[in-house]
Amino acid sequence: MEVWSGNRAAAESAKRARVQVVSAYPITPQSSVMEYMAQFISDGELDAEMIRVESEHSALSAACGASLSGARTFTATSSQGLMLMAEVLFFASGLRLPIVMALPNRSLESPVNIWSDHQDSLVVRDSGWIQLYANSVQEVHDMIVQAFKLAENERILLPTMVCYEGFLISHVAEVLEPLPQEKVDAFLPEPDPKWAVFDLDNPFQINELLTPEAFPEYRYKQHTAMKRSIDVYKEIGAEFQEKFSRSYEPVMGYKVDDAEVLIVGLGSIMSTTKYVVNELREKGEKIGLVDIKMFRPFPEKEFREITRDARVLAVMDKDIGFGTSGMVYPDITRTWYNRDGPLTMNFIVGLGGREVVPETIKRIYEIAQKADRKVIEKEGEIYWPDTLTEVIM
Amino acid sequence: MSKYLEYVKQTKHTVVYPPGWSLVNKTGTWRSLRPVIHQDKCTKCGLCWIYCPDGAVEKKEDRYEINYEYCKGCGICKVECKRGAIELVREEA
Amino acid sequence: MKLADVTTEEYLHHGGMACPGCGAYLGLRLALKALGKNTILFNVTGCIATTLIMGVTKIPYIHTLFENGPAIASGTDFGLRILGKREGVNLLVYAGDGGTADIGLQSLSGAIERGHDFIYICYDNESYMNTGGQRSGTTPLGAITTTTPVGKKISGETRPLELKKDMLEIVAAHGTPYVASASIAYPMDFMDKVKRAAETKGPAYIHLFATCPTGWGADPSKTIEIARLAVQTGLVNLFEIINGERRITVKVRSRKPVTEYLKHQRRFKHVLENPDLINALQEYVDKKCARLGID
Ligand SMILES: Cc1ncc(C[n+]2csc(CCOP(=O)(O)OP(=O)(O)O)c2C)c(N)n1
Ligand code: SF4
Ligand code: SF4
Ligand code: SF4
Repeated sequence: MEVWSGNRAAAESAKRARVQVVSAYPITPQSSVMEYMAQFISDGELDAEMIRVESEHSALSAACGASLSGARTFTATSSQGLMLMAEVLFFASGLRLPIVMALPNRSLESPVNIWSDHQDSLVVRDSGWIQLYANSVQEVHDMIVQAFKLAENERILLPTMVCYEGFLISHVAEVLEPLPQEKVDAFLPEPDPKWAVFDLDNPFQINELLTPEAFPEYRYKQHTAMKRSIDVYKEIGAEFQEKFSRSYEPVMGYKVDDAEVLIVGLGSIMSTTKYVVNELREKGEKIGLVDIKMFRPFPEKEFREITRDARVLAVMDKDIGFGTSGMVYPDITRTWYNRDGPLTMNFIVGLGGREVVPETIKRIYEIAQKADRKVIEKEGEIYWPDTLTEVIM
Repeated sequence: MSKYLEYVKQTKHTVVYPPGWSLVNKTGTWRSLRPVIHQDKCTKCGLCWIYCPDGAVEKKEDRYEINYEYCKGCGICKVECKRGAIELVREEA
Repeated sequence: MKLADVTTEEYLHHGGMACPGCGAYLGLRLALKALGKNTILFNVTGCIATTLIMGVTKIPYIHTLFENGPAIASGTDFGLRILGKREGVNLLVYAGDGGTADIGLQSLSGAIERGHDFIYICYDNESYMNTGGQRSGTTPLGAITTTTPVGKKISGETRPLELKKDMLEIVAAHGTPYVASASIAYPMDFMDKVKRAAETKGPAYIHLFATCPTGWGADPSKTIEIARLAVQTGLVNLFEIINGERRITVKVRSRKPVTEYLKHQRRFKHVLENPDLINALQEYVDKKCARLGID
């Protein structure tokens, strides 16, 4: 057992994955991931090259260059840094490069705010990266190793980001069980690149202009690889379970069986939610939760299975799609639209690091529990339970 | 399905065109002026060859020849030939 | 290097879509001849990258984003190194002036400062040609581009000539071990420089003056002639800076007046009607040549 912060756990994981190139640029709350990697390399604990680039745009670009040379490549960023990378995110996924990124979440300015919400990663949810959400230090550690295996899988070849909340996880020390190196080596052998790699003996052109004649088909391939990654993630999870006795399903339910109301969300708010579920269950309330571990691709089949019998899905979003709903919400409603399913409601919480306390979740439960079609028709479906909306109207 | 789409179908990830697929672009059809080398005047200095942007002047064993399939007819070779060995003739429409 | 020593091997398949008489395309053809097959090409988006489609190159190639060519090459440099495959491989970044002097300046500066082992060639056609010929940071005073049009009030680029971004000085100021200017009109000089750049450990930068007949309003057959006149008038100077020492590689005996260069290009049409502007240009060139010791 060790006591590590989430960032330490991420770096220790990348070290155990024996990454060959690390390329990153400092930003709060990510910087220590990069600093740990630098220390491992300087101490000779990890045989890797570090590229201390001059921006996040270059961080991911250099990661692409390294991946194109055939190296296992790791990067990390957050918030503004992720925004600066935006262009390169699509570039990397279109090139099908299995880069893994650690992403401690942080809100986006303006106004300036360094605390955690999911605005950054959710804005780029459709950049072609697999998105996993870890909600404990142990999960960060476990998921990054799995992320490499998933990304490099020949049937997938997609970049993958492991998101976890800034400060709440990145900087909070928790007890965890470190992955033993020999076991990681057996689980994740040295890469045998199946992705596009510069080859002097068998040269080809990468990222050529592609006309409408074939572009949609190319995209469709990317899309199907993304879809496939749900099953591959499960297979990898099963193997991980066998070797390390822990596993993470794409969506994980808790006390869902007879639950009337399911609180749905991703990230560390689900830990608080679990606490509330336990408390309310003791009082006989029919509440459960659904923790989304994989948000891209969205595991809709799995999600439907788990939520089939609920009456209301109360979806928490730690982010906002201005002028519409939270960004998780549309995926939830879509999975049930055209089908006989639960009512859905959306709760915007925890923006810019506002603490999501048990009381907030209890309020969400109360609102959801009373809701029916008539109430929704009248009151709407989107609530800001921890924002003083009436004050600033 | 076009041959090209067929290729995209087989291609595993980023690689879309097989190397040299570009040979289907017969850029010679762009030409309105055709450079003709008068071999009798040519001193085999190679200037036309080095300056042709498109590598359309080909060095053969004993002479330089123009590859009309791809020569774009820019006329650089004519201007740069110090011997006046290259003539530009209008292509028939 | 003599012409007879130049390989007959071509590293580009036919069928590239560059305009007839494209100087930048010739620049790439020659650079690859100098470097040979063990070269990975990072082609920054722009005219050349969008004309090299459908598998034109015979070497590993990537069409990069507009501002990240040097960053990608940095990753490949270190990636190959850790994999033990770095030896004997040339990493060539080929980028336009927009991708170099403007949007890509930061990533170029970063890659140089980190000491990556790569060759960077900027083909300077003095405008953003791929998007239709807009002005760039290297567009010269007076030049008409699509964003510096001729108007009733203002005509052509107005920024003083001295302020045109001098990439050679900028790169040299980094302490770059090899920096050179080159011209497509002097292929042997250019290819020699490419070879020296390849032999350099660490970053090497070549600024290649490359006529764009389409954007400059010139007859494509005069691509070489115009590039040569740029050197003969002293507007473009050919030299190299090795570890800080400048050496002129092409001296000009009797410099021609700048109008000799300007007159072949429609982009300078109104400059030719403006004696004040011509005098200013000539004065600038004279001073510069005196400073560099070109004559
Ligand atoms: C981030 C970004 N901004 C703008 C563009 C559009 N764009 C593509 S090429 C280009 C101009 C390229 O100019 P230059 O580098 O001088 O090369 P040239 O086209 O002249 O060969 C522009 C503006 C882009 N591809 N990416
Ligand atoms: S430039 Fe003229 S003389 Fe020289 S090889 Fe070509 S055709 Fe012959
Ligand atoms: S006309 Fe232009 S393309 Fe044709 S051979 Fe001469 S230089 Fe080459
Ligand atoms: S526009 Fe100019 S630089 Fe672009 S391909 Fe044509 S000639 Fe070359």
